[in-house]
Amino acid sequence: MEYFDTFVSIMGSAIRLSIPLLFTALAGLFSERAGIFDIGLEGKMLASAFAAACAAYWTGNAWAGLGAGILIAIIFSMLHGFASITNRGNQIVSGVALNFIAAGLTIVLGTAWFNQGGRTGQVPPEGRFSGIILPGADMMRDVPIIGPLYANVISGNNILTYIAFLMVPLSWWVLYRTRFGLRLRAVGENPGAVDTAGVSVVWLRYRALIVTGFLAGFAGTYLAIAQSAAFINNMSAGKGYIALAALIFAKWKPVPVMFACLLFGFLDAFANFMQGKSLPMIGEVPVQIFQALPYILTCVLLAGFIGVARPPKAGGVAYTKER
Amino acid sequence: MSTASVPLPAWINYGVIPLLNLILAFFFSGLVVWAIGENPFEALNFLIQGALGRGDAIGFTLFYATSFIFTGLSVAVAFHAGLFNIGSEGQAYVGGLGAALVALSLDHYVPWYVTMPFAVIGAALFGAAWAFIPAWLQAKRGSHIVITTIMFNFIGAALMVYLLVNVFIVPGKMAPETRTFLAGGQLPKLDWLMALFGMKLGPAPFNVSFIIALVMCYLVWLLIWRTKLGYEMRTLGVSPTAAIYAGIPYVRTVIIAMLISGGLAGMMSLNAVMGASARLQVEFVAGAGFVGIAVSLMGRSHPVGIIFAALLFGILYQGGADLSFEMPNITRDMIVVIQGLVIFFAGALEYMLRPAMVRLYQTATGK
Repeated sequence: MEYFDTFVSIMGSAIRLSIPLLFTALAGLFSERAGIFDIGLEGKMLASAFAAACAAYWTGNAWAGLGAGILIAIIFSMLHGFASITNRGNQIVSGVALNFIAAGLTIVLGTAWFNQGGRTGQVPPEGRFSGIILPGADMMRDVPIIGPLYANVISGNNILTYIAFLMVPLSWWVLYRTRFGLRLRAVGENPGAVDTAGVSVVWLRYRALIVTGFLAGFAGTYLAIAQSAAFINNMSAGKGYIALAALIFAKWKPVPVMFACLLFGFLDAFANFMQGKSLPMIGEVPVQIFQALPYILTCVLLAGFIGVARPPKAGGVAYTKER
Repeated sequence: MSTASVPLPAWINYGVIPLLNLILAFFFSGLVVWAIGENPFEALNFLIQGALGRGDAIGFTLFYATSFIFTGLSVAVAFHAGLFNIGSEGQAYVGGLGAALVALSLDHYVPWYVTMPFAVIGAALFGAAWAFIPAWLQAKRGSHIVITTIMFNFIGAALMVYLLVNVFIVPGKMAPETRTFLAGGQLPKLDWLMALFGMKLGPAPFNVSFIIALVMCYLVWLLIWRTKLGYEMRTLGVSPTAAIYAGIPYVRTVIIAMLISGGLAGMMSLNAVMGASARLQVEFVAGAGFVGIAVSLMGRSHPVGIIFAALLFGILYQGGADLSFEMPNITRDMIVVIQGLVIFFAGALEYMLRPAMVRLYQTATGK
């Protein structure tokens, strides 16, 4: 039973750690399927976390925080679009630049406004998304196996967690069952064909980037006012890149994205759990192995040793209408 | 006729447009400074004073510039071959391992000038080794080099932390770093060079790696524009299909270009590890690899341009540190914002002003 309790607690923390990855990877899914590489996911997450923390601190309202987070992420997305769609600049360069701008600006503004070395003020409880106890969680707690799982893993999360899992089927539906989704996928594979069909490539890609900003805004908000109660320097800490790795690991498909994010979240939780403990037979496993594992797995996948990850064909290339 | 296909003279392409982009970047940086309630012109004054005002300030500026020359060259060499190496950061980090291993094993026995060539080779080898797998994956398996080099930055960081915490740490000490190198494992300061100009270097770690960096600039120029390999790399960069059609071996050229790029990034560690701190520390690269991207873009991937761009970023880094003392409201991270804006305007928006320039040029020349 002791092992099971440990398992439940690791699973609980795995889910909490995978939510920002899930939002961000789904965000990346929309832009990359539309043919816009997005290295700037990290920056969007960071900027929206900062905006969400500021707004929630000033208004004391969590939803205002979410709104601000989404708004800023969409603004960053639009800057990326302006550079890489309208001006046909290099998408990677633009993403790298926006990451720097977000990393610097959040600290500069945060220090100037709050004077706490880059931290924002402590967000009051009503300005945060706190856990929701699902109906029957207490009743179920004593049921063996299912009880603790329901009470500690499924119940007790905040609303953003449930929204994240709802976004998975929703993203699938949008991408595979709507006209917008069909065109979006087409513009990532063959923008010329979409243009010939009389649909604006530019406007379609901009709309994809708006969706990207919208979802990335949730990720940042989750970090700032659901997982913690303030913005902290560089709080995304590379999660945007792990999300990018998850997106590739999932071969640019929504449902596998969820599993990849859960896997990477689980690795993170497991690494935290293993810190200072030793495994039978192997001894103490260095925590750095778990930290590096998502990246190693992604490289192995990219190498084509476990299935082939085939990116959208027109990814990274700006569309130029025939002159 | 569309403006995109109109040729512009070199002085506009390489002079006016980058300068205007730079001015735009600084204009928006000034807006940020103004938004937090400080005077941008005063800030600029502090920044320039802090970077160039005294002998030791210039020494620090040149020290930072040295690192950026190495990483800038690294990004530029890959860029000529059409490869975007975001992994300079990780390659420099792992390169530090090579430099440190050489310094640790030789510093007891020989003077620095014997250690130096081995350290250059060691740093370059380790940096190149860290670039090899992404290069091989790109060349052979078609995995996108941007993604794999990002992944390798993180894998490299995890590896180095592991090694420093578990292998190299001095027993009984808390800090995850190697022991301090003896004089035989350190690169001497260039105080005599500063003295030639009548300046005192003071505590600034401006060292011999600067000269190595300048030599590398010359060698990179030689490689890119005066050798067969350089020609092949540039051809590949302009059009991979044309290069393959012309019989240029794709796999070999990609891998060699990335090895050179990784080696140059690795050499950055000579400056930081052997020139400044005299030990291998966690996170010693401190973003220099990413600055290399900005430097290479600003310098248009040409060694001369890279030297100027590296000096500019050296001024920003040193001046930014001083600025945060003078105006506590502006933290040192302001330079990260400026860096981002420079990459954004000089890199991502490099074509934004072109149509306007073409129209201006056409009216001016009456064509």
